Amino acid sequence: MTQNSASKLINGDALHRTKQDKKAGGNGFVKNHCLFQQKRHRRPAEKSHHASCTSLYKKPFVESFEETPLLVAVLTYMGYGILTIFGYLRDFLRDWKFEKCHLAREREEQKDFVPLYQDFENFYTRNLYMRIRDNWNRPICSVPGAKMDLLERVTPDYNWTFEHTGNVLKDVINMGSYNYLGFAENTGTCADAASECTVKYGVGVSSTRQEIGNLDKHEELEILVARFLGVESSMAFGMGFATNSMNIPALTGKGCLILSDELNHASLVLGARLSGSTIRVFKHNNMQSLEKLLRDAIVHGQPRTHRPWKKILILVEGIYSMEGSIVRLPEVIALKKKYKAYLYLDEAHSIGALGPRGRGVVDYFGLDPSDVDIMMGTFTKSFGAAGGYIGGKKELIDYLRLHSHSTVYATSMSPPIIQQIITSMKCIMGEDGSTLGQERLCQLSENTTYFRRRLHEMGFIIYGNNDSPVVPLMLYMPAKIGAFGREMLKRNIGTVVVGFPATPIIESRARFCVSAAHTREMLDKALNAISEVGDLLQLKYSRKNRHGNEGSDSFSFLESHQD
Amino acid sequence: MASGQQWVLVEMVQAFYEAPAYHLILEGILILWIIRLLFSKTYKLQERSDLTEKEKEELIEEWQPEPLVPLVSKDHPSLNYDVVTGFVSAVSGHISEEMNLPPSHKIIVNGKECVNFASFNFLGLLESERVKLKALSSLKKYGVGTCGPRGFYGTFDVHLELEERLAKFMRTEEAIIYSYGFATIASAIPAYSKRGDIIFVDEAACFSIQKGLQASRSFIKYFKHNDMEDLERLLKEQEIEDQKNPRKAKVIRRFIVIEGLYINTADLCPLPELVKLKYKYKVRIFLEESMSFGVLGEHGRGVTEHFGVNIDDIDLISANMENALASIGGFCCGRSFVIDHQRLSGQGYCFSASLPPMLAAAAIEALNIMEEDPGLFRVLRDKCKHVHKALQGTPGLKVVGEPLAPALHLQLENSSGSRTDDLKLLRAIVDYSLDRQIALTLARYLDKEERFLPPPSIRVVVTVEQTQEEIERAAQCIRQAAEKILK
Repeated sequence: MTQNSASKLINGDALHRTKQDKKAGGNGFVKNHCLFQQKRHRRPAEKSHHASCTSLYKKPFVESFEETPLLVAVLTYMGYGILTIFGYLRDFLRDWKFEKCHLAREREEQKDFVPLYQDFENFYTRNLYMRIRDNWNRPICSVPGAKMDLLERVTPDYNWTFEHTGNVLKDVINMGSYNYLGFAENTGTCADAASECTVKYGVGVSSTRQEIGNLDKHEELEILVARFLGVESSMAFGMGFATNSMNIPALTGKGCLILSDELNHASLVLGARLSGSTIRVFKHNNMQSLEKLLRDAIVHGQPRTHRPWKKILILVEGIYSMEGSIVRLPEVIALKKKYKAYLYLDEAHSIGALGPRGRGVVDYFGLDPSDVDIMMGTFTKSFGAAGGYIGGKKELIDYLRLHSHSTVYATSMSPPIIQQIITSMKCIMGEDGSTLGQERLCQLSENTTYFRRRLHEMGFIIYGNNDSPVVPLMLYMPAKIGAFGREMLKRNIGTVVVGFPATPIIESRARFCVSAAHTREMLDKALNAISEVGDLLQLKYSRKNRHGNEGSDSFSFLESHQD
Repeated sequence: MASGQQWVLVEMVQAFYEAPAYHLILEGILILWIIRLLFSKTYKLQERSDLTEKEKEELIEEWQPEPLVPLVSKDHPSLNYDVVTGFVSAVSGHISEEMNLPPSHKIIVNGKECVNFASFNFLGLLESERVKLKALSSLKKYGVGTCGPRGFYGTFDVHLELEERLAKFMRTEEAIIYSYGFATIASAIPAYSKRGDIIFVDEAACFSIQKGLQASRSFIKYFKHNDMEDLERLLKEQEIEDQKNPRKAKVIRRFIVIEGLYINTADLCPLPELVKLKYKYKVRIFLEESMSFGVLGEHGRGVTEHFGVNIDDIDLISANMENALASIGGFCCGRSFVIDHQRLSGQGYCFSASLPPMLAAAAIEALNIMEEDPGLFRVLRDKCKHVHKALQGTPGLKVVGEPLAPALHLQLENSSGSRTDDLKLLRAIVDYSLDRQIALTLARYLDKEERFLPPPSIRVVVTVEQTQEEIERAAQCIRQAAEKILK
């Protein structure tokens, strides 16, 4: 099994199989002329679906979103109901000074100002988030590698304030950091190169790229990134979030249309808003929904004036960080070509983490990078550094060099950070003369497959694509968010738990990020702990195993096609 | 009452019997007509011409989008950036013992050695050995990246320490750090001000403030640069508006957003008057101090210290750590009641990877240096005054900005009328100076995006490292260039 996943990536399987139980369904409306709708029409079972997409997918595309069991959904809503009622009760008690209020208060001098916050705005924070606040912002005091050290915190007043005891929780297995390739290290070539660079260049720059902050390092990085991505030219920015929010406005404006996936990251949403373009949202990874929007947009033009749109930009992400799903890139590209739209691909989580050569989702599907107009990604995750990039045609990058908000107004990247990226990127490319990078890529995809398979076998509902190193495990109920995080920490495993508003209200989840740095022992230890906590909290919701092993079926199905 | 109604009914029935037949027939027809009108769709809303699939295909075939980006001419003046490198100096005459100096006071621009009059390295901390060592030891402990946002194992003990230190330094309750200077105020404003709220902004506000305003989707009212009367006029207008609808006025938050030292004009804001207006009209003040933090005031606490204004009177202060602190990132500080809100609502804080610990460590060390040696700020002030004075009387150029400001603007006295030509002239001056070992830069703006585009200018930045002699030389050089180029 262990070698399978890696070879699977390389061999490529000419089969396509979707098991989108939930997300793709319920979006019926279809017409005959569309690229991806015919098959739905004359689709008696999933079989014909494979056939029609054979040309687009070179390997199985298995993505699952098991439906929420009804009882669980009802209980979850009840949980929120009870929490809300108690919240009101507590607020009432606080108002009447029966309960001590720990919230910071407005200054006496400004009591008669318009309140800075509306009362209901913070209801959720005060009464729900505060109960389980200890699961977030846990301070760490080591490298965020496969194992990390956490500062122990205690709270004397039910999470309103925290005190550090001075103790350190040593060697907590880190399932939370986006350290996909394990480049978060304080020793080794990357760290050495970064320190050398610090000595040579210092840490700051204190100027912008267009003024006097354009170091030779910046240029070196950009040439390397372009080569890595296989694009003509590239540009690097100091912050991943800002790469999206400050460059999309440079690309589109009034009279342009942005089609955005409903689960896109906040930075893409902000960038789209700042651009002043019209924004329409399509269902998550749902090509029918996207195609319908595209057709309608071109046929009907702009609202009211009915002028044709100046241009249409599709915003998608490579891996969606909360769902663990991978974008259906071959279909998106086919659509984009058919309807002459432009494609903006955010590879924040997928660059380095996907593809046989670590080149992200384009590499994963074996596509041509020049089919994606704007390749965006971050250096924070797989490269263990900070910042973001945009790659594409030379015209695009030249234009951005002049018009990106970041190059004109924001301080340029810190030299040691650049060096970390250069060294780790060269390692992935094998240009450092070792096979270390390739080994890490294999290790990551092996770990991913193993971890996902084991969780699945245990009977958890896990979301997302089988090849995605982001693994969301469904918790559903609000009380289980806190309980899961705490129980895992008791077992010395650091996990991320997320609830509303980062997820739909009933779909609270825990999220694991698999890393190449995780050894099999660590993963086993984590898996055992997850299983134990899963039994304790009754998290093994999946009904697939019980009903004729449908779940593991898909795995054996894959494996049978290996040879 | 009931019997009266019965009586009416009886009368109606009687009238029915008594009515002539033609009358009944007519009424019958009318009733049928009404029913027909109700149930039929004889009228047409508009000519609904549902397109056939073929027509749609043709439309799709026909549509040609604009190119993704307009073509940029290869010789656009700002397409090719100046390339900067560090300085390699031979230590004590031995060529073999070379030492690398970071690009700070001395830099190499496009291969030419220069004295730096362009980076915002006010306190000269870019090449501080102490800062470097601290960053290195942090790198040894934590590695480079944080691999996560603050919420998900991206909070390091160094971040908590830096926040505590910044709060202590600024004498506020709490501070919050961002990983990017530009994103700081741009995230902070929309965390508080929402749709329907009102923000009063100075026309000269910098670009990151403008982006914050745009993201907040609030009503924006611009007042003339540093013109308190104009601001008061707007506030009064709003007061009158409020009286018309007091219920609505009770929920509209209002803010004044200003800069301490304006980056675009090098002017100081009249803070004491602003505070007065704040209490008079009950508006909150957000103050952006990127240019004044670590520059103004006895201890470098910025414009509040400079004017002796109680820092608690300012609701939120934001600054970047990229200028005086010579690191990366930014911070906001103020009372916990205000600042803490950003930990869940500041987009650039929640959704972005946290600041690399080595950069946070560098900022802490820079703060240490600032606290240990307040004399730095006096030196800087003197240098600023010196530069301001030395640049006076340059033919054809006027100095814009306060004598206290560490980043001054040199604008053309007589504009040629075209921005491009003006920029070309100024660029020629910059190039002339570069050839004579003085690194200057044009102040860059996005012409189409700026709300009020500042006039073209050369930016002259003062740092503590510049010697008397270098300043004289720079002033001399600029004068010569101006004489030569502007005639």
